[in-house]
Amino acid sequence: MIKDITIGQYFPGKSAVHRLDARVKILLTIAFIVMLFIADDIAGLGVGVAFTFLTFIISRIPLKMMWKSVRPILIIIIITALLNLFFVHTGEPYFEWKFIKITDKGVETAVFMVVRIVCLIIGTSLLTYTTSPIDLTDAIERLLSPLKKIKVPVHELAMMMTIALRFIPTLIEETDKITAAQKARGADLETGSIFKKAKALIPILIPLFVSSFRHAEELALAMECRCYHGGEGRTKMKQLKLKLLDLWGTLYLCLFFAGVIVLNILG
Amino acid sequence: MSYIHIRGLEFSYVNELEEPPVVNKVLKGIDLDIEKGEFVAVLGHNGSGKSTLAKCINAINLPEKGEVVVDGLDTIQEDNLLPIRKRVGMVFQNPDNQIVATIVEEDVAFALENLGVEPSEIRRRVDEALQTVGMYEYRMHAPHKLSGGQKQRVAIAGILAMKPDCIVLDEPTAMLDPKGRNEVLKTIKMLNKEQGVTIVLITHYMEEAAQADRVVVIEGGEKIMDNVPKKVFSQVDIMRNLGLDVPQVTEIVDFLKKQGYDISNEIITEDECVEALAKLLQGRTEQ
Repeated sequence: MIKDITIGQYFPGKSAVHRLDARVKILLTIAFIVMLFIADDIAGLGVGVAFTFLTFIISRIPLKMMWKSVRPILIIIIITALLNLFFVHTGEPYFEWKFIKITDKGVETAVFMVVRIVCLIIGTSLLTYTTSPIDLTDAIERLLSPLKKIKVPVHELAMMMTIALRFIPTLIEETDKITAAQKARGADLETGSIFKKAKALIPILIPLFVSSFRHAEELALAMECRCYHGGEGRTKMKQLKLKLLDLWGTLYLCLFFAGVIVLNILG
Repeated sequence: MSYIHIRGLEFSYVNELEEPPVVNKVLKGIDLDIEKGEFVAVLGHNGSGKSTLAKCINAINLPEKGEVVVDGLDTIQEDNLLPIRKRVGMVFQNPDNQIVATIVEEDVAFALENLGVEPSEIRRRVDEALQTVGMYEYRMHAPHKLSGGQKQRVAIAGILAMKPDCIVLDEPTAMLDPKGRNEVLKTIKMLNKEQGVTIVLITHYMEEAAQADRVVVIEGGEKIMDNVPKKVFSQVDIMRNLGLDVPQVTEIVDFLKKQGYDISNEIITEDECVEALAKLLQGRTEQ
């Protein structure tokens, strides 16, 4: 059951988007976010939308995943739209009744914000759809490595992330086992009010908590046995190398970015 | 001096949470010599101190008294820590708790990355180690999708990649099914016979211990017996009193001997037993 959930929503594949270096992908995603925010008219935003859709199609991720990534924040999007609709009072009013006033500017801002947020979410989830968690942590470690100079424990953070990812399936399996064991002893997890259900989780969470400490202790020992002594003097088997593809990817984004800037100036 | 040289080793666990601190003396003066290339099995029931002894060999536990010297390196000196751990690898009971990475080959590379080996050399040694334990085809798999025996072999490969002289295995088969147990044991024996890796196998399966060159029995923190498996297991009564089993075949011949049959009690494998029984039966038909 819960064993089947995917972590980090990674969709393995071989498309150009998948094959981009994870570091480049992270940087391009940041550039993409900047692009969405500097676009200040409909045409500029249109370029952003075009980029989002085109990249999604290139990645060959099922298009329904677009909807799936937006769904969890639908409420936030709706609230943002309504706030803009009712509280932007500049421009020509379409409709006025007592204190409610809807103007053309309000409608425009609302649509603008919705499109911007939706693109933002779809674009950034494409990063996690096309990059495996391990590549992602690796890339984050390398991108943040300059921060080591100011004593940020970059290696330790990346190690923690890797171990957390590694243990998610193990702990899920264990949760399944503990749940089954507690049910066998008559634990009632399904009925009652929400408070009762929350309380029923305690006999599952406590053994899980205890066992994760045991996992941690043994893992630390095993790591020590394999000569782990922090990030100092460590090498990596997989060297990330920039390929020609990464250059093309960067140029591809630059093209759209330039488009947005040009439209901004013209507009 | 032997490769692993242990003299008068004492060790205690101290529980400082209690007032006054509770001292639990686990090892009470152990002498043990292990030569390069040997396959030594360590037996003892729960709490006898056998795991503690294992952790003393690669400087996880430091001796309270006495000395542990590996390849001329004293474990008590801090500078020797990494060189010793490079020479003596350790495999634990639960394979889930010793796999660090989310991909098999990344995990095997872990120790080498820690030691700062060149990337191309890591690649070569990782492939070699995975081929040795027969897990090369699984190198891109996620560890949690493997069976227990496969996971344990990955753990062994992770140690093997360091090219250690000696591998200490602390009940590596305790959590595995018979098939997995077989896979792991076969791998261990192959490493010992073909690659000359010194093996210290801590176990409570007598059938596994019977395949070693030497069996050491630990009881209450002391070494009780240290001999070839045949000599150790032939002392069926002593073993029983220690709360340990003997291999099933040894039990049969011991029973027959006590019934007055003329049969050697130094029998530890099924083949030997079959042969001895056949001889016995043949003798009876001839009479």
